[in-house]
Amino acid sequence: MKKIKKIKIKLNGKSKSLPDSTYLPDLLKKLNIPINKVAIELNEEIIDKKKINKIRLNENDKIEIVHFIGGG
Amino acid sequence: MKKDNFVIAKKKFNSRLIVGTGKYKSMSECAKAIKLSGADIVTVAVRRVNITDRNKPLLMDYIDPKKITYLPNTAGCFTAKDALRTLRLAREIGGWKLVKLEVLGDKKNLFPDMIETLKSTEVLAKEGFKVMVYCNDDPLMAKRLENAGADAIMPLAAPIGSGLGILNKINIQIIRKQTKLPVIIDAGLGQASDATIAMELGCDGVLVNTAIANAKKPFEMAIAFKHAVIAGRQSFKSGRINKTLMGNASSPTKGII
Repeated sequence: MKKIKKIKIKLNGKSKSLPDSTYLPDLLKKLNIPINKVAIELNEEIIDKKKINKIRLNENDKIEIVHFIGGG
Repeated sequence: MKKDNFVIAKKKFNSRLIVGTGKYKSMSECAKAIKLSGADIVTVAVRRVNITDRNKPLLMDYIDPKKITYLPNTAGCFTAKDALRTLRLAREIGGWKLVKLEVLGDKKNLFPDMIETLKSTEVLAKEGFKVMVYCNDDPLMAKRLENAGADAIMPLAAPIGSGLGILNKINIQIIRKQTKLPVIIDAGLGQASDATIAMELGCDGVLVNTAIANAKKPFEMAIAFKHAVIAGRQSFKSGRINKTLMGNASSPTKGII
């Protein structure tokens, strides 16, 4: 059996291992993230949510997913 | 009576009370307090999504951003770079352009770093944000923020969460007098009467979080603040009497038996 190559990324500050050639929407779906209620940064650049489908994740990518919480 | 609109960045709002959504025991408590306060703007913070526990309740499920205006803040930011990053992300979440800029300079007293705040205001205004700026009660700095493109000046009454009330009424009055922008007292109020005083000084609104959320009875305090802001505004618009050193009898002195 062919072993699937893995990549390591940082997601919200924590290391995460993903199958190679994971696309960003796959990850969001897996994590059950409501796209319309979050903003996403990839390597400190904000992702245009309309173009999300084209983004393939690479080794050492840093992803931040943020939303609104209570604050003053 | 002439309609007394509360306008920020050309948008009209009904309530002059803006409330924060932090420090509540639960989302439902927060949502109910907001409803009772009558506020139609609430401040919110931008934070990482909890990846490991996806069952945590979401603010947007309790407070509908279509009905209540979300005012994203930059709480916890200590540099212009962090504040800009946060607000650009906030804009991306849902197209928010009206934001509360808050760049702090000291972790203990939570006073704003006005140099970083001013820098951020300039950049944000150029990027098309409508910036409501948390600042100290310095009239000169307030003027600089206005010149840098701020949409509202939000001087502190006292340190964030301190409950001390308005410490420098004179400065607040000078700030109000010198600017065309809305002036909103942000931070440091402790009880409803503090909000009335702010409004009587001529401020256009107040922003309250801790005084409601941490009150023993947050719902009752939310209602108290709602009325306090209305009372203060009415009082300001009504034109108070002059102060005199000696007494001035309320009943006629003629015809005394």
